[in-house]
Amino acid sequence: MLATAHTTSGATAREAAFAMPLDQIDVSDPTLFENDTVGHYFERLRRDDPVHQATSPLFGKYWSVTKYKDIMQVDTSHGIFSSDVVHGGIAIMEAPAQLRAPSFIAMDQPKHDEQRKTVSPIVAPGNLAAMESTIRTRTCKVLDSLPRNETFNWVDLVSIELTTQMLATLFDFPFEDRRLLTWWSDVATTVPGAGGGAPISTWEERQAELVKCLTYFTRLWNERVNAPPGHDLISMLAHSPATRNMAPSEFLGNLILLIVGGNDTTRNSMSGGLLALHQNPAQFAKLRANPALIDSLVPEIIRWQTPLAHMRRTALCDTELAGKQIKQGDKVVMWYLSGNRDPEAIDRPDEFIIDRARPRQHMAFGFGIHRCVGNRLAELQLKILWEEMLKRFPVIEVVGEPTRVRSPFVRGFTHLPVRIPG
Amino acid sequence: MPRVTFISYNGNRHPVEIQEGLSLMRAAVDNNVPGIDGDCGGQCACATCHVYVDAAWRARTGNRTVMEEDMLNFAAATQDNSRLACQIVMTQALDGLVVSMPDGQH
Repeated sequence: MLATAHTTSGATAREAAFAMPLDQIDVSDPTLFENDTVGHYFERLRRDDPVHQATSPLFGKYWSVTKYKDIMQVDTSHGIFSSDVVHGGIAIMEAPAQLRAPSFIAMDQPKHDEQRKTVSPIVAPGNLAAMESTIRTRTCKVLDSLPRNETFNWVDLVSIELTTQMLATLFDFPFEDRRLLTWWSDVATTVPGAGGGAPISTWEERQAELVKCLTYFTRLWNERVNAPPGHDLISMLAHSPATRNMAPSEFLGNLILLIVGGNDTTRNSMSGGLLALHQNPAQFAKLRANPALIDSLVPEIIRWQTPLAHMRRTALCDTELAGKQIKQGDKVVMWYLSGNRDPEAIDRPDEFIIDRARPRQHMAFGFGIHRCVGNRLAELQLKILWEEMLKRFPVIEVVGEPTRVRSPFVRGFTHLPVRIPG
Repeated sequence: MPRVTFISYNGNRHPVEIQEGLSLMRAAVDNNVPGIDGDCGGQCACATCHVYVDAAWRARTGNRTVMEEDMLNFAAATQDNSRLACQIVMTQALDGLVVSMPDGQH
């Protein structure tokens, strides 16, 4: 029944997207993400206007880049398309100038390189191998504690819980306070003024909450800067020449980057993967018959979900992209979500297929020097989750429609009702 | 056809015959050599085809491009002889080339 309702409304939404005059198409509208119809608009733009300019009431004038090859071009042209926070940073939403916090994802070379290299050892292969048993133990504990024969919110009990525990470990953050990380992540990615059940509604409210985050972490920093170097992210930042003299706003910016990067992303792939398998029962059956397919399932989940729908750049000079004249200072949005549905790059992109020949060739992690630093950790967390789920639960039911995040940046869920019989 | 030997982190050797003009990454992926992912499809944009070039071959495989240098800067366990396999194009002169893979690539 759910599937039928979904298909009918989907067909109507597609007709609306293809009937709309091109100059009215604004794919950054948070409503299109909340009701999950934005894919139809991306399909239209890839066909009719792959590099498309629009003006959003929330975000102003911006270019949408919707095809895989054009996104790749922007993402690998660091000298032309800047990530620097002084131009507005890496998301379509930008804080008022006085509230902008620098972070290494929102820097250009060479400073970006130095700061990124400070934190990247935490997700190096040797460290991942060392973390695997901790991740597995926690995953088992969370799954074993789930209620049976009653409906619960998978997002809260599984996705948020597992990713927040992971993040607390990476920061060596007081474990009992770990849901503060979830809260700050949600606050940081909320679009003020976009409406819906948002945790904050103005930039001032956002800043007030993030100052609490900075205060909390400053205490941890002060403890660790005076202790011998440790293996957690705060200690690494406090002891590295590249980061130990950061201004408070830069410390806050990097904290938000690491919190959001480690939280909102994998969280939503954990929810989106279960939903996708529920909606594709033949794929779910194939997976149960052959759990070795988890290796190709994981990158397919990440492609399918694309938990960060876009990254944004700012043109440093006049340039041409797919025949369009981009002017210096223009805001350019690379829609990874659209690139990951581009039939010129991915075979049958609108199908969820867990045994693709080249499942890793998606753009959900971005490309070039800003490519996701934690991609291997994300894959490891998802792999372990699915291994342990398949061992435990012969049946997992999604028993209602999900509630989606009202944001063109974080593509995810606040609620996914699930029931496990037994 | 010229031949390249890929050595996995665990020591397994994978000899592959490669058509001239093809990149080492493309040939490795097409022949399912484990440890070479090539997530970006050869755009020098993901650093998942990281290899170490055997000392005897370094001069003949040429120098890193600026972009390659940038990407290797972030790869785990980068060494002086690190290259991205997508940036090495096969020629007859490279017949017999030996490259090995770092830990951590799939």
